[in-house]
Amino acid sequence: MKRLASLLVSVLLLAALSFGQAQDWQQIVKSMPKLSDFHAPEPKRVVLPNGMIIFLQEDHELPLIDGVARIRGGSRLEPASKVGLIDMYGEVWRTGGTKTQTGDQLDDFLEARAAKVETGGGIDSTTIGWSSLKGDFDDVFKVFVDVLQNPAFRADKLELAQRNAFDAISRRNDDINSIVGRQIPRLAYGPNNPYGRDAEYATIAAITQQDLIKWHDTYVHPNNIILGIVGDFDTSAMEAKLQQTFANWPKGAPLPNEKFPPNPAKPGYYLIPKPDVNQSSVNMIGTGTTKDNPDFYPIQVFNEAFGGGFSSRLFRDLRTTKGLAYSVGGGIGTRFDHPGILHLVIGTKSQTTIEAIQGLYQEIDDLKTNPLSAEEIQRAKDSILNSFVFNFDTPEKVLRERMAYEFYGYPLNFLEKFKEGIEKVQPADVAKVAAKYLHKDQLVVLVVGNTTEFDKPLSSLGPVNTVDISIPPPPGEKAAAAGGPSK
Amino acid sequence: MKQRLSLLFLALISLMTTAFAQDVNSFAKNITVKTLANGLTVMIYERHEAPVFSFFTQVDAGSAQDPTARTGLAHMFEHMAFKGTTTIGTKDYAAEKVALEKVETAYSAYIEERDKRIGRDDKKVADLEKAWKEAVKNADQYVVNNQFGQIVESQGGEGMNAFTDYDETAYHYSFPANRFELWAYLESERFIHPVMRQFYDERNVVMEERRMRTDSSPTGRLLEQFNTAAFQASQYQRPTIGWMSDLNTFSATDAEAFFHHYYIPSNIVIAVVGDVKASEAMPILEKYFGRIPSAPKPDERITTEPPQNSERRVVLQEATQPIYIEGYHRPDYRDKDDAVYDAITDLMSSGRTSRLYRSLVRDRKIASDSAGFTGLPGNKYAHLFAFYAVPLPGHATDEVAKAIHEEIEKLRTQEVSDEELKMIKTRAKANLIRGLADNAGLASQLAIYQTRYGDWKELFRSVDRIDAVTKGDIKRVASQTFVPNNRTVGVIETAPPPQGATNPGGAQ
Repeated sequence: MKRLASLLVSVLLLAALSFGQAQDWQQIVKSMPKLSDFHAPEPKRVVLPNGMIIFLQEDHELPLIDGVARIRGGSRLEPASKVGLIDMYGEVWRTGGTKTQTGDQLDDFLEARAAKVETGGGIDSTTIGWSSLKGDFDDVFKVFVDVLQNPAFRADKLELAQRNAFDAISRRNDDINSIVGRQIPRLAYGPNNPYGRDAEYATIAAITQQDLIKWHDTYVHPNNIILGIVGDFDTSAMEAKLQQTFANWPKGAPLPNEKFPPNPAKPGYYLIPKPDVNQSSVNMIGTGTTKDNPDFYPIQVFNEAFGGGFSSRLFRDLRTTKGLAYSVGGGIGTRFDHPGILHLVIGTKSQTTIEAIQGLYQEIDDLKTNPLSAEEIQRAKDSILNSFVFNFDTPEKVLRERMAYEFYGYPLNFLEKFKEGIEKVQPADVAKVAAKYLHKDQLVVLVVGNTTEFDKPLSSLGPVNTVDISIPPPPGEKAAAAGGPSK
Repeated sequence: MKQRLSLLFLALISLMTTAFAQDVNSFAKNITVKTLANGLTVMIYERHEAPVFSFFTQVDAGSAQDPTARTGLAHMFEHMAFKGTTTIGTKDYAAEKVALEKVETAYSAYIEERDKRIGRDDKKVADLEKAWKEAVKNADQYVVNNQFGQIVESQGGEGMNAFTDYDETAYHYSFPANRFELWAYLESERFIHPVMRQFYDERNVVMEERRMRTDSSPTGRLLEQFNTAAFQASQYQRPTIGWMSDLNTFSATDAEAFFHHYYIPSNIVIAVVGDVKASEAMPILEKYFGRIPSAPKPDERITTEPPQNSERRVVLQEATQPIYIEGYHRPDYRDKDDAVYDAITDLMSSGRTSRLYRSLVRDRKIASDSAGFTGLPGNKYAHLFAFYAVPLPGHATDEVAKAIHEEIEKLRTQEVSDEELKMIKTRAKANLIRGLADNAGLASQLAIYQTRYGDWKELFRSVDRIDAVTKGDIKRVASQTFVPNNRTVGVIETAPPPQGATNPGGAQ
């Protein structure tokens, strides 16, 4: 009996062993079924006579209806003396209520329905959106239209927003990530460029209720609006409702198409001492490009192979084998309508700061002496192409993509073209973009850290510019020490 | 790979526990749950919207299970679960195995000498350290770097990550639907044949993670000290990321022992949500995950925190702006009043109608943000209900504390209004509906509810429990919980910038 049992066990054991060998991952991949042909549901595009563009995306899985309107005009158009205007506008648009209801009344009305109507401001646009259960849609949509067309920008809510903005400014040097996050665009685009400048106490204090009203009157017109709706509705009924709601809204003046060319900082070393940390943030910064540049496709492959994810060189060399960092990565940034930022980053203990900088340099040099191999490039392409379906695996993602292409005047089939573009990328194309955008001697190198603990002084690498991040005091107050105590 | 900040995790938990009464039966039609012969539970929720799926592997062991003087070990193993297997990530496993054993022998000899109290020979320490580093170098020659992650990424894996908190360790990503069998193979292999390769380099990575999240962040420093003060007996007092001296001590052998003890089938629930057919997927799950040898469920009792009998305070002098947090001990998530705490969280914190926003931010204008929430630092064991406020310039932490206490006093002495109570219940239902829209989010909720209650339907029943909360419940629970003796306070006060170097957080 016992022998039989042990015999059985050994047979099972063998079976398990052979199983392990026969079922290795490559064989599973070989016998894998093809991914089923999938066409994401396309939203219906409607243009009203007054120029408002609407995308309608039905999704009947859950009893929800959500929508968002994106409106041309953002912080890059705000005056330099009132930087932060769009932040204030984006908040007070909703909190300041409408001509007939205060923001607080709207809060009570919406929260009782577990619904939201929210507004916000960005660099090139402002948004107003809602989220509601299907049964409350008519009620919530009325609030959305009222806030869109009849906002009141009540003064008490502007004052509240300004107080909170003051608080954010007072705290902006507390955390290393907040310092770095602000400095990168400043260095990449220039401190006075609309993509790089910061709000200050004085520019926030200068913003008036009249500024918000004026902004709204200037930009919020149907011909500046792209509205997208997703959820459990019938497209034709929704279209009729929108026609009826917005058809009589008169057109406004079209927006000028302004450009704001970057004025980056001079290449070299930039240092911000921060005594209360034991990890440095090392950032290499340069200029990227736009997504309509043919370089865009090889750049995506380069970024994946060089500084994205587990398979990248930076991750492998600086994290996995050297153990220098938890956070390391980066690549050549791309934006829709202005150049993105080239950015490589590593967070390393103070005592390996210079070693990490040299490690990043080594990786840049290696691109010439040991270019990304055909295998590395194939892996990067596979990674992008095999995960391509995640760009459109929900109706909401499809809607968001379509709205973005519409907003920036990109072809609506940009995503399909993206796939073809990646497929065509060859190793030589990748080497070309690496050589074109990434130059070791043209980088701005920003280091934030506890300088007294560095392995060597940063100045051992070259001349160092110390960046002054002290916060200019509010109008009428005397200067305090950087990050110093509040009164 | 991340060790989530407790605060962020809490936000998620509080969302998850606010549930809804959508027709459980119609939901149940799409779900298949099976406990395999070895004790591992698998769940499949069919959702055929697009040819993709997400999974969530929930291991019912977290940093609360870290052994004494080995804090950070649960999280360390989580990092190691990305290092491959006996067939993935190696050029020659037979040789690598021998080399890795030599690393352990050398490391053990090194730290034994290093940590000798009496008769330590510094020269010997240096020699042993060198020998250990050479053994590491020797083992590294067999490594194929990051091959496990490379396979997942190049096959189209999306959002590959994992997290460790006090209560659990979880692994997750999404794949195109045709990779289901590949996923089942990869996910089972890493929990059958994990290899502790590159352990000590990865330990350095984790130390960097600690420097980033805790040592170099003022709020990270505050939360660590606050937590340590609030819990004096419970294992919740220790940081998930681990104390630096423990990170500098534990070994691959320790991590492997942790794995064998806690990563056993009866301690694991795997939920898959997406474009998979249960009839086809279940045999594949059985085939791969059924291979994990069964073992008895480990003891997961920890020390129960005794009642607190005096207020505790932690005051950090920082060169940063002030922050205030306070916490009160409460029972674990199985407590009959669990839903009452969720209701209080919603009432105090949710949106612009919440009591703390209206009082501290809108009306008194003394804070830019204030909220209360439950589940700090976990909720599997007795934990804290916490309140915090971020004072505006010119307002002291005492002032926001006083305002919070006035709001607490209202909870203790006055009944909430009918409108408030209705709002809480409506929001609970709506939040659960919204949470169902996303494969990855749903997979995590199903796995967590199945693990914690032994029944995923509790996700839906939790709405019924919130629906049953009365005005009296809120008053009663607030009265018994929010009392000064049961309170721990954590404060950042603004000090002038330090002169010269400091080395915060006890770094090496």
